[in-house]
Amino acid sequence: MLSFIVRRLGFMVLTLILASLLIFAATQILPGDVATMVLGRFATEQALDNFRGEMGLNRSLVVQYGDWLFSFVQGDWGESLSTRADVRDLVLERLRNSAMLALVAFVMYVPLGIVLGVVAAIRRNSWVDHVISVGSLAFIGLPEFVTGLLLIAVFALRLDWFPSSSAIPPDAAFFDRHTLERLVLPALTISLVSLAYIARMTRSSTVEVLGMDYVRTAYLKGLSRSRVIGRHVLRNALLPTVTVVAIGIGWLIGGLIVTESLFGFPGIGRLLLFGIQRRDLPLIQATTMVIVVIFTMANLLADILYGYLNPRIRFR
Amino acid sequence: MSASVDTATATPVPTRRSRGETLRLYGRRLLRQPIATVGTVVFIIFLLMALFGPWIAPYGFEEQSIPDRLQSPTLQHPFGTDNFGRDVFSRIVVGARGIFLLGGTGTILAVMMGTTVGLISGYFGGLLDEILMRLLDVLLSIPSLLLALVLLGTVGPSLLNLILVVAVLYIPMIARVVRSVVLDLKTKEFVEAARIRGERDSYVLFREILPNALPPLLVEASMRFSYSIFLVASLGFLGLGVQPPSPDWGLQINEARNYLESAPWMLAFPALAISLLVVGTNLMSDGLRRVLQPGREDS
Repeated sequence: MLSFIVRRLGFMVLTLILASLLIFAATQILPGDVATMVLGRFATEQALDNFRGEMGLNRSLVVQYGDWLFSFVQGDWGESLSTRADVRDLVLERLRNSAMLALVAFVMYVPLGIVLGVVAAIRRNSWVDHVISVGSLAFIGLPEFVTGLLLIAVFALRLDWFPSSSAIPPDAAFFDRHTLERLVLPALTISLVSLAYIARMTRSSTVEVLGMDYVRTAYLKGLSRSRVIGRHVLRNALLPTVTVVAIGIGWLIGGLIVTESLFGFPGIGRLLLFGIQRRDLPLIQATTMVIVVIFTMANLLADILYGYLNPRIRFR
Repeated sequence: MSASVDTATATPVPTRRSRGETLRLYGRRLLRQPIATVGTVVFIIFLLMALFGPWIAPYGFEEQSIPDRLQSPTLQHPFGTDNFGRDVFSRIVVGARGIFLLGGTGTILAVMMGTTVGLISGYFGGLLDEILMRLLDVLLSIPSLLLALVLLGTVGPSLLNLILVVAVLYIPMIARVVRSVVLDLKTKEFVEAARIRGERDSYVLFREILPNALPPLLVEASMRFSYSIFLVASLGFLGLGVQPPSPDWGLQINEARNYLESAPWMLAFPALAISLLVVGTNLMSDGLRRVLQPGREDS
């Protein structure tokens, strides 16, 4: 198990280095001339030159990349071009908000998705199964910005239960009524797509396991249904779900970007969009890198968990 | 899942059948799956919309008429009108073209490039395989919407850039599917035989291996297309997709934000279009999986 973890860690570091190269290339090499991109096509030659000097764009790309990566690892993420604020403070503050939103969504959709999937599998082909299956299929087809707007239309405008905007102050304290009230609708929005995927995945893997010989043996031994499901079926049926939850973190991040923009929630996704609209390179680079690091670590964690649950994987 | 007699006897690699017979067999199997048939029909309807949109749409998608703005659905405007008095139905019909153009072309490009990478990587193996797979891992280590936003944010959301971004995002998944098929087939007798006959690598790859990789490839491609609808619509909503005044479903929904109460049809119909196409494509790809790869049950 230890060598498995060490190998995975090695891969993670390699992937992160290559990803940083990709992000650097996408932001600083691909657009052609960065100074023109940031200052616009009509900037004077003088302004462009000053900007290049200030940003160190006259140096070779290798030096620029090395310098950027080195400062990033050291925690110096530069200064935002549009707000002149320290990028690190900005990113970490918004990251906290997004993490809170994601956490609320996560504790809603993971258990609920598993329960719905298992129930649908046990009651296969009953009306419960059909309701769950058709419902989850419908939600898979709805992007976050649609479910979000539908939720706003119903729960904010029609019923007036929750506010339609989640534009809280970026440094708002959580665990007070004002903030939590504004987390419900965006968290629900992010949850629905992932909930549907997890329910579908859990259902199909549970159905598969229920048909196995050893499950029949367990029943024939005279074990109670709850014991068979809890002890024998779920252990194996939930394995693929672990992977779906991990892949789902990628969707979660995508969902955060869309949902935060829709609700005006001050999270890292909205910060990224802000950076892109203002062509604020240090901000885009830092936000992207932070998200990639988190995403990669989540995948690593899922890999380790999967290896722990399924020992066969470790020896591949 | 209870396997029908047909799925139990059919082999995943149809050998001694003419092409017409094979197609008819697939057609019969598809018709036996009513849900998948519905999905396929939905997909084809949208495809026809994309192809013939401008001739189906009763109004021009840019045709504004301020006196008619924000009208609820009537016979003249079956899906109502938007804040500029444009016909919502016409914009949806013509918008289908954008989705197919971006998502479809992007997916096809991804299939072509991903297949090439997968074939080479799986067939030659060794260090080359290792390097290619690590590079694909890097692409996968960045959430797709994030990568799309960063790329489009720096190079600008032109039509060509959008297609290229969709392609780049989906190359890794396609390459992995093809690679796993190649690894599986590499050791089979008919491939060995071709190699011993002295066939060139390109012959073995494209004439012996590729045809057998087509079924899983088709399934994967249809899955990717359904994701790309999501992606393109999300980009449109965020303002980094198709640029106004071109009709785009995501953009239409973004414009509907301010009229949720006064003109709910502005949201409802584009949302329905996205949902129908995504679900339809999903069902079709599930059906394709069962028809083309009867040995493997749906996951």
